[in-house]
Amino acid sequence: MNDQAFSSVAPAGGTGAEKPKMTARDVRVFYGAFEALKGVSIDISTENVTAFIGPSGCGKSTFLRCLNRMNDTVAGARVEGSIALDGRDIHDPAMDVVQLRARVGMVFQKPNPFPKSIYDNVAYGPRIHGLATKKPELDGIVEQSLRRAGLWDEVKDRLADSGTALSGGQQQRLCIARAIAVNPEVILMDEPASALDPIATARIEELIDELRGRYAIVIVTHNMQQAARVSQKVAFFHLGNMVEYGDTREIFTNPKQSRTKDYITGRYG
Amino acid sequence: MSWGFAWLALLVAAAGFWMGRARGVRFAEAGAHEIGSVHSRPHYHGLFVAILALLPAMALLLLWALLGDRLIAREVLASVPAGGIGATDLDREAFLSEVRGLVRGDYAAAFDPNAEAAAALWKQLAQRWGVVFGLGSVALAAMGALWGWSRLRPQFRARTRVERMTMLLLVVASLVAILTTFGIVASLVFESFRFFELVSPMEFLFGTNWSPQTAMRADQVGSSGAFGAVPLFWGTVFIGAIIAMIVAIPLGLMTAIFLTQYAAPGFRKVAKPVLEVLAGVPTVVYGFFAALTVAPAVRDFAISIGISDASSESALAAGLVMGVMIIPFVSSMADDALTAVPQSMRDGSLAMGATPSETIRKVLIPAALPGIVGGVLLAVSRAIGETMIVVMAAGLAANLTANPFHSVTTVTAQIVALLTGDQEFDSAKTLSAFALGLVLFLVTLALNVYALAVVKTYREAYD
Repeated sequence: MNDQAFSSVAPAGGTGAEKPKMTARDVRVFYGAFEALKGVSIDISTENVTAFIGPSGCGKSTFLRCLNRMNDTVAGARVEGSIALDGRDIHDPAMDVVQLRARVGMVFQKPNPFPKSIYDNVAYGPRIHGLATKKPELDGIVEQSLRRAGLWDEVKDRLADSGTALSGGQQQRLCIARAIAVNPEVILMDEPASALDPIATARIEELIDELRGRYAIVIVTHNMQQAARVSQKVAFFHLGNMVEYGDTREIFTNPKQSRTKDYITGRYG
Repeated sequence: MSWGFAWLALLVAAAGFWMGRARGVRFAEAGAHEIGSVHSRPHYHGLFVAILALLPAMALLLLWALLGDRLIAREVLASVPAGGIGATDLDREAFLSEVRGLVRGDYAAAFDPNAEAAAALWKQLAQRWGVVFGLGSVALAAMGALWGWSRLRPQFRARTRVERMTMLLLVVASLVAILTTFGIVASLVFESFRFFELVSPMEFLFGTNWSPQTAMRADQVGSSGAFGAVPLFWGTVFIGAIIAMIVAIPLGLMTAIFLTQYAAPGFRKVAKPVLEVLAGVPTVVYGFFAALTVAPAVRDFAISIGISDASSESALAAGLVMGVMIIPFVSSMADDALTAVPQSMRDGSLAMGATPSETIRKVLIPAALPGIVGGVLLAVSRAIGETMIVVMAAGLAANLTANPFHSVTTVTAQIVALLTGDQEFDSAKTLSAFALGLVLFLVTLALNVYALAVVKTYREAYD
């Protein structure tokens, strides 16, 4: 795959203002014989937060996991089509999955801090990728990441405490700090607030807004208000298809597809 | 004789069941199948009657089986004319055992003229009392059945009572196991106490000289009897907790990591049961493997690298084989611990761009560490209690040495040696086995309790 091949296909809902960070073309995912994703094409840019919405089992999380090849870890999963990061195919043998995941970070549905100290949780990525050679340098990365995740003031005096001792919302922000620490270009969030209470959720949503522009953020959510609040672009998935992709305002006020309209008005889902 | 009565009582109980059930059926018919008009289903009425018949009858027969012999013996002894037997307990026992032999027909003729008459009396008494108790039990069964039957009413709570009696039966069954355990521990403690009357606990626990041969005659030389058990404790730790674990921990852990993280599901399905078969090999088989194959090989190897005083029974040989024996145990515990680490932890690390091996080293093993440590402690407790391998391959010389090519002995091997063959049960030599057993029991108990506590808190952390 080369740049030409990607640009020759019309980007779905792309603004054209900026070269997209990630491009997906006709992505299909099979779990054994079951086709979970039936040809998805999308462009993802850094300036926008992109939200994937749709009913359970529609393929939105499956597609998200394609973007950093986490589906590789699922036995029996097969991905077809092409996904590119800065124009380079992520399935290219020359593209190392370790480097890909360092560039495309991920935050999971349930906060999953490692059973280590807060400091070691954030320093985990920089250490395995050798981003810091000296202790002060690493300290700086940890502090900056925690600041960006809005957690620094709450934990700066207890960095040696276990990450698992934090509250659920703090744990999730710790996981975001951990993802930020390797300075990724894209952050994938798989329903990052679905296990949190409303206040912690609001905190995460603010954070996502603060991080916009610095990282390309893709968020999967089944909460449509959340999608409306945090995203600028929305893709609606249904039964393995991407039904509609466009500006958030447009999708929520004037959807082109009847299925999208039915879903966002609560007709099903 | 009493068996015949037992069958008869059983028959009575069966009849009681049918009668009770028949009555229950009549209740049900009269109640026209209306829910609530009859409390219990017919067979509960039957069971209730049968249990009331069976329980007292069986209790009486059990009493007879336990006390009958003593009852008869007392009467038989009383019947012997004064001066007919010696006055000591030993004389009486000898007389009684001859009488019993005559009754069973083991001896054609009696040695003691009094025994002949006593045997005849014994037979007569046994028959008479057997009939009395047998008939008594049948009568009790019939009475119980009748009483139970007479209590049946449509609203009688037969089901509740039967369920309660079932529960009591289960409680009694589990009590048997628990009480047996306490009995064993009590006997260990009691015999150890007798040992510590002869040898001071300080010498036993901290002495370094073990030579349990005590003099049987005053003029015997070279058998002073030294009971410093430190060389035994050391040998046990050296083989079971050091050498065996050096083999079992890395191999078991790596096996578990491979099986949980890398192996294809199909391979895992085959490999796990195969490993469990390894755990099922009788330890005596490992024992002769250790003694006949590994021990000579270890000795030859030691000599080839210039250790000329290598023993043919070495700590290394026993420890190596014991380590292999423990591998499935360690790997299965580590497997459980690694599987208990949530998938999200693994995903989190992989999504950071960590390789599978980095994920295992930096996230999975630290997360699973308490579980793994608990498993290793259980394995240690198992290894130090293991007997056959060390009896066959480690030797009996109580050396205090850190040289793995030398022979050492363990607590279990010494217990076997001390109690094998004809023994007098009042010498310090024999009693020391109980003290050793007590120490072993306490150590393994402590290890197990601690390990299980560690594993439990660890499981709670992820549930």
